[in-house]
Order: sequence, then C-alpha cells, then structure tokens
Amino acid sequence: MSTSSMKFSRRGFLKTSALSGGGILIGFNMFTACSPNAEVPKEVVDISQLNFNDFNAFIKIADNGVVTIFSPNPEIGQGVKTAMPMIIAEELDVAWDNVHVVQAPLDNVNYQRQVAGGSQSIRFGWEPLRQTGATTRQMLVMAAAAKWGVDPSECSTSEGVITNAKGETLGYGEVVKKAAALEVPENVPLKEPKDFKIIGTDAGNVDIDKIITGKPLYGLDYKTEGMVYASVLRPPSFGKKLDSFDDTATKEVSGVIDVIKFDDKVAVLANSTWQAMKGKKALKATWSNGSPMESTEAHDKTLIGLLNGNKFETLRKDGDVKKAFSEADEVVERTYESPFLPHNCMEPMNFYANVTDDKIHLVGPIQTPARTANQIAQKLGRNPEEVALEMTRMGGGFGRRLYGDFALEAAEISNLAKKPVKVVFSREDDMTAGIYRPSIKYRIAASLKDGQITGYHLKEASINSNMYGLIPNFFPAGAIANYQVDVAKYDSNITTGAWRAPYTNFLSFAEQSFFDEIAEKLELDPIQMRLDLLQKVKGTTDDRIQYSAERMEEVINLAVDKSGYYNEEAGVYKGFVAYYCHNTHVAEVAEVVLENNQPVVRKVTCAVDCGIVVNPLGALNQIEGGIVDGVGHTLYGDFIFNDGAPHVNNFDKYRLIRMKEAPEVETHFVKNNLSPTGLGEPTLPPAGAAIAIAIKNATGKRTYKQPLVKNMANAVELG
Amino acid sequence: MPSYSLKINGKSEQVEADADTPLLWALRDHLDMVGTKFGCGVAQCGACTVHVNGSAVRSCQLPVSSLDGMEITTIEGLSEDGSHPVQQAWKEIDVPQCGYCQAGQIMTAAAFLESNPNPTMDEIKNNMHGNICRCGAYNRIQKAVALAAKKMS
Ligand code: FES
Ligand code: FES
Repeated sequence: MSTSSMKFSRRGFLKTSALSGGGILIGFNMFTACSPNAEVPKEVVDISQLNFNDFNAFIKIADNGVVTIFSPNPEIGQGVKTAMPMIIAEELDVAWDNVHVVQAPLDNVNYQRQVAGGSQSIRFGWEPLRQTGATTRQMLVMAAAAKWGVDPSECSTSEGVITNAKGETLGYGEVVKKAAALEVPENVPLKEPKDFKIIGTDAGNVDIDKIITGKPLYGLDYKTEGMVYASVLRPPSFGKKLDSFDDTATKEVSGVIDVIKFDDKVAVLANSTWQAMKGKKALKATWSNGSPMESTEAHDKTLIGLLNGNKFETLRKDGDVKKAFSEADEVVERTYESPFLPHNCMEPMNFYANVTDDKIHLVGPIQTPARTANQIAQKLGRNPEEVALEMTRMGGGFGRRLYGDFALEAAEISNLAKKPVKVVFSREDDMTAGIYRPSIKYRIAASLKDGQITGYHLKEASINSNMYGLIPNFFPAGAIANYQVDVAKYDSNITTGAWRAPYTNFLSFAEQSFFDEIAEKLELDPIQMRLDLLQKVKGTTDDRIQYSAERMEEVINLAVDKSGYYNEEAGVYKGFVAYYCHNTHVAEVAEVVLENNQPVVRKVTCAVDCGIVVNPLGALNQIEGGIVDGVGHTLYGDFIFNDGAPHVNNFDKYRLIRMKEAPEVETHFVKNNLSPTGLGEPTLPPAGAAIAIAIKNATGKRTYKQPLVKNMANAVELG
Repeated sequence: MPSYSLKINGKSEQVEADADTPLLWALRDHLDMVGTKFGCGVAQCGACTVHVNGSAVRSCQLPVSSLDGMEITTIEGLSEDGSHPVQQAWKEIDVPQCGYCQAGQIMTAAAFLESNPNPTMDEIKNNMHGNICRCGAYNRIQKAVALAAKKMS
C-alpha cells in the first residue's frame, strides 16, 4: 500500500537560516505545499531571493537541541495544533517531550489555505509535513557526517541524536549551525510507517496545562492597554433596517465611552464588557422592514413546493430513473425535514481590532484568517499588507468561525472610534445574529423490483445553497444503475453557512433512514442489503465515485463485530449506519433502551477508517465529540423563525445535549497504512440516523423530521 | 464608582465596579483573571463556575455587591500549578477538545468531590449535568471525575 497519493513540490517551500542566538530556523510554506492542487513552480526558485515572510510555519532547533514547531493551522478544538507538529517531529526523529508547539500568526495575507474547515488540515498536511521533517533531519545528518568525515548513509538518528558507524554521537543542537549553511537536499526518503515512533502514539493536548489552570488562551481572554469593549445592537430580525436610535439612557450608564452607528448597527463602547452590554440594553432604536420578514412556516411551504415542482438542477444522472420507476413493482417515497441550526460555539463570537493610520492589528478566534484579513482591508480601503492578524485558540468553531463578520465589525468600530476595540457578542447576540445551518428537506424515492432497488432519486430543497458537487458521488452512487440527484433552493435573507459536516449532517439521516426502511420493505437484513449494494461498486471505472466499497465493507464488518450487532440482548434495540464523507469511512451501531417506556440512547459503537491515526488520543476525542454532537442535535436541535427572528436566544430555551443524555461511545479503528484523513466531522452525520433507526426498532415508529424529541409520535421526552 | 473588597484565592482584592457587576466580569475585566469563562450569562451553561465558601456557583449571576466576607476560589486558585487532583485527572484523561468549558467543569467537579468523595457514576452524571460541553467531551469528563475521586481518596 502506498502511504501517499498526493503530489507536491518541495522546491522552494523550504528555507533555512542560522539564528543569531544560535540554532537554526527552517521555514516552509504550509499552504502552498498543502494545497490539493499545489502549483508546481515552473522555474527553479532561488531560495536566497525568497523573503521569510513567504513562509508561514517554522521549525526552530536551538543549540541545546530543543525543538520549537510553530503550528500554522487555526485550532478550534479539533487537535491539529497537536497532530500537525507530531507529523513533523516523527520524520525529524526527535523526542516528542523535547518539542514545544506555538501557534503561528498569519504573516502574510496571501496565504489562502490557513484554514480549519472540511476536516482537511491533516489530509493535505500529511505529505508536506513529513517532507519538512525528513529534509531537516537529513540536513542535520549531513552536517554531522561532514564533521566526522563519514558518509551520511552511515549515520542514523534517534530522539534528536545522530550516531555514526563507530558509535560516536552528536546531538542535533551541536550541528545546527553547520546544517543551516547547507543546501536544502531534494528527494529525501520518508520513514516506513512501521518505523513510526510518534505517529500512532497518544499525545495529550499541547495546551492542556494552560486550559486546566485557566491561563489566557482564547480570543475573549485577549486584552491590550487602552482597549475598550464594544457591545453591538444589530437588527432584531433578518430584513430589518435601522431608522433611528436614541442613546440618552445609554450615555447615562456608567463606564460608557461612546456610541457609534455603523451600517445598520449601533456599537456601545465602554470600559468593561458588562458596562457595554448594559449600555446596549439601554439603547432605544426604531427599525423598518428592508425586506420581508420570513418564517419557518413559510419556509416549510416553500421547500415542499420546490420538492413538488420541477425546477431542479441535476447534479448527477445515471441511467433512466423515470423508466425504472415506471417498470417497478413498487415505488417508495419519503420526505425528511430539518430545521435551521445555530452553531453555539461555547466561546461567543468576539474579536479585537486596533486600526491606526499605519496598520491594522487584529487578534481573535477565526478559522479563515487570510480571507478575513483581506475582507477587512477591502472594507476599510486599506492595503492588505497593512493588516496583521493573530489567531487565538478557539472555544469551538463548528463552521461559524469560517465567517469573519465579527472581526469586520471590530475593525469598523475601531476605525471609527480610533481606539483598540474588543467586540464581544452576548449569547443572545451569538444565537440571533448567526450564520445558520440552513433548513433543508430531502425527498427520496426508490423503485423496487424483484426484491432489488432498481432506481434511486434524491431531491434536495434547501435555503440559500445546495449540496456541493462531490456529495452526489457518495454512496449509493454507482451501486444503483438508475440514479439521479436533483437540487433546488430558495434565497432567504436569513444568513446561512457551513455547520459541522455541511449537508451530510442531515443528508445522512435522510438516506440512511431510507435504506433502513427499504430493507424492511424488502425483508432484507439492513446490513446485508448495504453489503450487496457495495458489491456492485467494486471495480468501478467511474472515477467520480468518492468512497471505496472495500473500505466501507471493512468498517461495516468491524462495527458489526465489535458491537455484537447480531447478539440479541433483551430490551436493547440497535440501529446501524455506514457512511462516507470528508474522505473517511465510518460505521456506527446505536443502542437504545426503554426506560419508563421512553427511549434512551445508551451507547454508540463506532468503526472508523481514517487511514493512519496520527494521534489516537486526540482522534478518539474528535470521534466521541462528533457522535455526541450528532446525537444531541438530532434529538433536541430546534430553531424556528417567526417574523424574521429565531424563537429562542439562549440556553434556557435552546436545548443542547448534556451529560446524562450523552451515550457512551466505543471506537475501533481499521488499521492500515493509508494517508490520514480528517476526523472533525465524519462521525457526526451517521449518528443521527443510527439513533433514529434504533428508536424505530424500540418503538415501532419512524420519525422523518428533526428534532426527534419534538417530532416523534406522541412527542416522547428522552433522557 | 463603589469599591468592593473581595477575598479571592486567599487574597484580598479591591474592585471598583457598579454594584450590579457580576463576579464573572469583575474577575475577567477588572482583575484580569480570565480563567473563569463567559458562556451564556443566564446561569445555564456552567462555564463561569467558581467556588463561594466551597460551593460551586455561577459567577455570571453573582453581583460583586453580594460577596462581602465570602471566600471565593477561581480556577486560578484551585491550585497554584495545576496539581489539584481534579486538574491532574483532566490532564491524564486528556479531556479538552476546544477546552473552553473545562474550567467550569473542573470547578463543578472539585466542589462536588469535596462533598461526595466516593460518588457513583450516576451521581457524577447528575452533578455534572448542569455544565454544557458544546464539543461533547462528556465521556471523558465523566471518566476524569471518577479518576479524580480515586486520586482524592
Ligand atoms: S456564563 Fe454563567 S452559567 Fe453560563
Ligand atoms: S471542550 Fe469545547 S465546550 Fe467543552
């Protein structure tokens, strides 16, 4: 098995230089190198001509051998700040205990791929991070070999120490100066996965000591001398415009410094967060309708209307679905419905900005630093080079921090106030001025003939945007001869965007529930039905197909085996799902028991194929979190719009899953040497369907609409 | 502006703030102790949990004017160096994902284990139920509380 399928060019992406205080600094450009379609520079790049600003990640090796790795990717809780440096340290061959990891700032606004999103950081980083570590190690070996007058091939390394054939040793720190003067070698071989010492071992969160002792880490914790706090009054409903406001009472609130109108918003600046929030509450504003006030009731009608209509864009079409349907013994059609969802990151949105005549300094939690810096430069009519953006650890992301609206607000306010400003959202601001997971409805129809699925037609009606182009090539594409995916959308003034596992977070619920129901109709075992379908994909020449039938089979078999799916246990009801998204194959078995006649989700057993597991301890955390998140939102996530505004604005009314409702999660990895794929998202989509199927097996009732607690027949209360 | 004398982590601290200022913001904005987190402001999430006279309370709901003579402990004062058994258990189990809720979780657990050093799993779950972890690290939180109980006994 090959360990890598991605091509990339190392030329010009590494640069070394000696540090004045001793030691070596190796710079590399993660985001050019990690791009899925990295541009290979045509002509030879003269390294000496490159500015160090072109490198956004660095390895520093000090004279005492201590290694510092500046991790470039934003950390939102998905563990890349630990996993990415582990990959470098592996090939560099140093002891993990001697490695310090520091979050690197955004140096240069031109790097577009300093992004956390789509579970891609590890997938794209794998090859270049290994190359970086291996090349650096090779230079240290070359320096030592030259000192000894031996051939580099006679030297070996371990834990930061180079040993020659005679058994003499030199620490990395002793040869860094010499290594820094060497030319960067090409085509350095990588380790065999069997020789990995760090990859595949458990590494704790690199920020753990700060987290458990309450040290400043997050955007909300950031503070500078002279900084003021801003609380922003935004339109109370989507579609409202600011007519006028009265700040008389606000100005009487102690600590309030200034009241500033910008766009359709009013910012209250004060000496403390509390005073700013109080000042905002005291504002009186009048609003008018700039566009119609929308509601969930109207959306429901519109989306059903779209599904009933014929204005679709076809994303994939195999064979002839119509013909298959006309020749079928039976056609089964079901509609699945999901609400809008807020992200509810535990740390509310916030950002620091200090806009001065000569530069713009931004600090805060953002998943897209480069894009945000550019947007701000553009909005303020400034040169992007004047923008310096520092990322902080993030109290959750889930997609919300891909959008820089809050950073833009901070910059606009600072620009007008001529002061360093920290914008802080209250929880109410965070929940009501969101960029939500759109409400989506799916209608799926299948034709059945002679005990087989002969046709499959999936229709999506969504708000503002439709599924991205690769999704129609997920299972069961390729397994059913007549297959079609159609999408339609309605443009709303309610802002929507990515939410952990976009589209698949609900599509999985719809499709997997549907397969289960089809299996029931055909009197087939639901797992065997999937395995039979997968047989038909094997050996496919259709290179659009995204999943691997073989890898899917493996996770299915592993989940069945480890969960004891076929072992009957009195009073335990199971639900099975196998799913592929974000390049990772996952199978889950949910177990539901009835307590006082109420279904309770007791356990989820999960089998995952994410290739090589870089940091199992971190990976398990992601997997558990994804499943608990999927279970929680499927059961409870409820978000209704009336008159352009959500019906809830804080955790007293918006129910998030809590300790007693969280199932036990048991995880098993498929072991292979394939390149690692992401884990931030893929375990979430299957979880909702798995519990819905288990609940059906417990209660006899299927639910087609989320959230389940509200829509289950008889509105059964869970937990 | 009124001034309040608060006893925090064994030290006396002077805070000049409006009477209705919640302890949460006095800690964060006035005293630069940012370990105590803001999550909801309405006593629903537990991110802001501190100890007052040994009990876990929501600091977002406690006006500074109501704390005269009370002993306040924050995450910064649970131990100087992260050596409290609950902190150690959190580290051993590697509980955090984003980590934002964890100071509140640790403070809730620490007060709970003081009053119930030998809890059952159900008691742990019941007691931790009030603290939201949006990242869903509940399995590990539960394990860490159990481990801390072991360490403390
Ligand atoms: S911030 Fe106090 S309970 Fe949420
Ligand atoms: S670890 Fe992120 S909210 Fe708990």
